Amino acid sequence: MPGQPETGEPGSGTPSLTREDAAYVARLARIDLTDDELDLYAVQLAAVIGHAAEVAALDTEGVEPTAHPLPLRNVTRTDEPRPSLDRAEVLAQAPAVEDGRFRVPPILGEAL
Amino acid sequence: MTGAGPTDLAAPGARPSAALDIARDVRSGSVSAADVVDRYLGAIDEIDGELHAFVTVLHDGARREAESVDLKVAAGGDPGPLAGVPVALKDNMCTRGVPTTCSSRILDGWCPPYDATVVQRLRAAGAIVIGKTNLDEFAMGSSTENSAFGPTRNPHDPARVPGGSSGGSAAAVAAGLAPLALGSDTGGSIRQPAALCGVVGMKPTYGTVSRYGLVAFASSLDQIGPLTTTVTESAVLFDVIGGQDPMDSTCLERPVPRTVSALADGVEGLRVGLVSELVDGVDGAVEARVREAAETLAGAGANVEEFSIPEFRHGLPAYYIVAPAEASSNLSRYDGVRYGLRVDAETAESMNAATRAAGFGAEVKRRIMLGTYALSAGYYDAYYGQAQKVRTLIIDALAVAYQRFDVLLGATTPTTAFAIGAKVDDPWAMYLSDVCTVPSNLAGHPAISIPFGPDDSGLPVGVQVLAPALGEPVMFQVAAVLELGAPVLGPPRVHAR
Repeated sequence: MPGQPETGEPGSGTPSLTREDAAYVARLARIDLTDDELDLYAVQLAAVIGHAAEVAALDTEGVEPTAHPLPLRNVTRTDEPRPSLDRAEVLAQAPAVEDGRFRVPPILGEAL
Repeated sequence: MTGAGPTDLAAPGARPSAALDIARDVRSGSVSAADVVDRYLGAIDEIDGELHAFVTVLHDGARREAESVDLKVAAGGDPGPLAGVPVALKDNMCTRGVPTTCSSRILDGWCPPYDATVVQRLRAAGAIVIGKTNLDEFAMGSSTENSAFGPTRNPHDPARVPGGSSGGSAAAVAAGLAPLALGSDTGGSIRQPAALCGVVGMKPTYGTVSRYGLVAFASSLDQIGPLTTTVTESAVLFDVIGGQDPMDSTCLERPVPRTVSALADGVEGLRVGLVSELVDGVDGAVEARVREAAETLAGAGANVEEFSIPEFRHGLPAYYIVAPAEASSNLSRYDGVRYGLRVDAETAESMNAATRAAGFGAEVKRRIMLGTYALSAGYYDAYYGQAQKVRTLIIDALAVAYQRFDVLLGATTPTTAFAIGAKVDDPWAMYLSDVCTVPSNLAGHPAISIPFGPDDSGLPVGVQVLAPALGEPVMFQVAAVLELGAPVLGPPRVHAR
């Protein structure tokens, strides 16, 4: 995959991250970062992931993952109409509004 | 609530409680809520310039709420168990029409269109929201230095941090600027600042307190809980805010155990496990206090035994995968579209990225990056999947421990309050502040930090009592005994008169 970080096998010791690796992650996270920030985060992320490598190296054969501490199954409520948030009050918090909706810059470019 | 007031339920010899005294006097009509609120607002105006515990002080709102409490008393009604008691809210809990900032620029100007469930429950109990307190941005941090509005200072030594992320709430209670406060605890964010500021901080069992209206950080770990001066206040406040809520589908369906009635039960015959991993390797002064606390419990009739839970050593690295992973997903909602900051740009995607660059601080960016990395293709199983399995290992290890013990005991934090600026350049050094607290979050279990005397420099030390899921009553039972036996901690240097 182009831009995929090459940080070695997970669990194989302290990984290293390049500025390009950090830029790839920043793009996935939709945050514009400066080159200085990318350099700093490349080092700092590698340090934290280095600690996680201890965990990655553990033998967890046969251990079920826990996504959530409670054994909750589907939680439902009765299907009856009830008041929702006031639309005007909600829209009043938006940076830009038009015709009762959120207004955003073009999503698909000039073609539309 | 009818019948006995909360003060009457306190353990014999329990420490004096400003909150319960206020509630008693306001309910009886001997003191007006308006006077109480004015007194606390005056104290905030006088000394919070030095501490910066509050982000927003609700002068008008608090006075209005106080008037309505006083009117109810005058009409012969009972405003509730917390009548007229000012409460400070960590500023990641939604208050309708009142700015809720999460100490982030990205929520600049945002006023939620609804109240968090805990806010509704506080008001229904007669409590008065007096202000919103400072936090590490989006609750990510252990020092309250990661606030877009500047750090909060520790009332015991203003050159030191109050801990975090609920540092504003802890400092407000310690300095007497609010009798009660709420914080949120994802990896220790109630207990750690409570320990560093010398107050009581409690993280409830996951699912006992509604998260509706708590701005999400890591949803499988986040839990709201009380910061108070005394253990009794903690139990009273927990009983007020706890309970099922149709607005939070992760709330437990069964009734939440009432805790106030357990406070006077003592520890005779209780089995207490002193967790080696929560005493070995912490600062000498902290370790000494924890061992003293163990002796206090043994002296009160508990059977105390040291016990090792080696899985706890994996807690911190696993937490710093799970929490950022969930955060990177939760914080994707800050995209400049529906609320808060927007930095205009040509396309929606560049607007999203520019807004997030300008709106988030350094630590939030770091955690989003970390979580995004841990969830990215090729790394998901090795890091996130593996961290979830470690979570299971910790839960299983605790299940074994609780076959032998009723509660577990250890330090809350590896050190007492550190200097402002000491750890800002080394994320892992800062993350180590959470090493004793994260296991309870990963397991969803309750835990409480109780002040247990000073260290050699006079700074507060906290000891932690851990209990199994829904073990709040026995946890409070033990906490009450520790509180009575705690060495005297001097008053904070900065405190309301």
